[in-house]
Amino acid sequence: MVQSTAPADIKTERGGSRRLKLVLSYAALILITIVFVAPLLWMVSTSFKTNPETTQWPLSWIPREFSVEGYSELFNPTSETPVLRWFVNSMIAATAHTLLVLVTAAPAAYALARMHFRGKGLMFAIIISTLFIPPIILITPLYLVVDTLGWLDTLLAVIVPSAAGALGVFLLRQFFVSLPRELEEAAVLDGANRFQIFTRIILPLSKAPLATLALLSFLTNWNDFLWPVYVLFSPQNLVLPPGLSKLQGAYDTDYAVIMAGGVLASIPVLILFLIAQRYIIEGVSRSGVKG
Amino acid sequence: MATQQVGQPGATPPAAAKKAPRRQENKDFIGASPLTPYLFMAPYLVLFFVFVLVPVVYGLWISLHNWDYLLPGKPWVGLENYVDLFTPGSTTSGPFWNSIEATGKYTLFSVPLLVIIPLLVALVLNQKFRGRAFFRGVFFAPYVLSIAVVGILWRFLLDPNVGLVNYYLGQLGIGTVPWITALPWAWVSLVGATVWWTLGFNAVIYLAGLQDIPRDLYEAAAVDGANAWQRFLNITIPGLWPVLLFVVSITILREANMFGQSYIITQGAPGEETTTAIIYIAETGLRQFNMGAAAAMAYVLAFFLLLISIANFAFFRQRGD
Repeated sequence: MVQSTAPADIKTERGGSRRLKLVLSYAALILITIVFVAPLLWMVSTSFKTNPETTQWPLSWIPREFSVEGYSELFNPTSETPVLRWFVNSMIAATAHTLLVLVTAAPAAYALARMHFRGKGLMFAIIISTLFIPPIILITPLYLVVDTLGWLDTLLAVIVPSAAGALGVFLLRQFFVSLPRELEEAAVLDGANRFQIFTRIILPLSKAPLATLALLSFLTNWNDFLWPVYVLFSPQNLVLPPGLSKLQGAYDTDYAVIMAGGVLASIPVLILFLIAQRYIIEGVSRSGVKG
Repeated sequence: MATQQVGQPGATPPAAAKKAPRRQENKDFIGASPLTPYLFMAPYLVLFFVFVLVPVVYGLWISLHNWDYLLPGKPWVGLENYVDLFTPGSTTSGPFWNSIEATGKYTLFSVPLLVIIPLLVALVLNQKFRGRAFFRGVFFAPYVLSIAVVGILWRFLLDPNVGLVNYYLGQLGIGTVPWITALPWAWVSLVGATVWWTLGFNAVIYLAGLQDIPRDLYEAAAVDGANAWQRFLNITIPGLWPVLLFVVSITILREANMFGQSYIITQGAPGEETTTAIIYIAETGLRQFNMGAAAAMAYVLAFFLLLISIANFAFFRQRGD
């Protein structure tokens, strides 16, 4: 993505104006970078302060007295806000959700890309059209469906229903359609059946789109806020996003604790982003431009 | 049967594959069951049926009842829930339209900024210079955070008494700004936090679009003596048009569905001024359990969103021809 870029400015421009443009660009970028990074640094800095210092003026970017009180409060399992427990719940939910998306979307996308069967066109049209349904019309009936299944206030409520979204099927189908057929045809000659072709040829060729889908699913589930706010109630059963909102209510002005919670919720996704930035950004721009 | 396929001309490119005459592919597999495709579809279809199709229809059904989750009886009321929304003085119409107004204002304030600022950032990032990938990564990073994290962080930064923003404004000699407790500051806060959160997302989509514009066009225009502004108007904007349509559409829809920012940063205050439609509908249905009314409101809101999408599409279509 980076390498393929054509520079927008042109060789024919004179060196002076080009250099001026570059300096201005850098100045603007550095200014924006400060605006983007400072809030995150402030969150980390505050999380390591003693509580009185968090609101003490003049404000200091480096804690005067380094403290982990904020964090030790989070790890207290008997509290009404067991943040470590929420962290574990979030990890279980996001991982299970991601696996569920992969094992359901991939075979369906393959069938839609490569097989012929009665009702395929209609099925695909209906599945894709639901990408345009505003989620708000689903939440009330979905709450009742989840209640009927006995899943309210359990992690299943945040793992399963959102895996029915059409995005995974859509993205993977686009990719499978673009794969050359010759590989499958050779395997047919060797006597492989559909399932073997799918697991031994198609899936190994699809590591990049599967990884992108896995990352996007994990991030979306880890970060989802509205739905878990309403379907999880018990302190022990929350995931991080609704938990943080509860933490803010419970600790009010105890900013060291609240910011420590924010740091804990951010670490996994920021690490994922650092490792897999390319996949995440390409996944976003691909689903954007070509979707 | 298989030889028939091997005999086909060389490597079939993806585009050609689509146009190739339909073959009865399932027959290519000796002993393949006609059920195979359905077995591949089944796991996803079960989820899709239970968690998408059933709720879409069930929601309409609920909206036609006085459906209180906590009461045993859920009497049929026909279109009453919808009529109430359009009857001034009913219990739901006032707060519902106020929340629609809040959503409308917020969308109006935030969308232009979320369309223009990321475009400027993308134009800068589309130049060739050292550190591009770094800056792109930094600007995108907040987007991978939950709105819950963004919310508690900005709630703290914008705190009128102890927040970082007012601290620095104070040092510049500017008095205390009531960022989250008074208008219009509450809107400024919500829009600002959202720009911080989602700028990178829109910028990355623009960047992908900018990179699809052929470089020769710029060079030819420069040779013809077009200045930077003319090149932007005559090459960048037309080349970016479909992407611009896409960004405007998804940004309007995303911001019209705003929930977390108001829920955490302003908690709907001052008064109910920043209580958005999504907050009001979710609270009505899933806190007060007045589900019939909430379902009806959700369909009315969805209808508005659909109108916006269509208008948006028609506008850009017309301008794009």
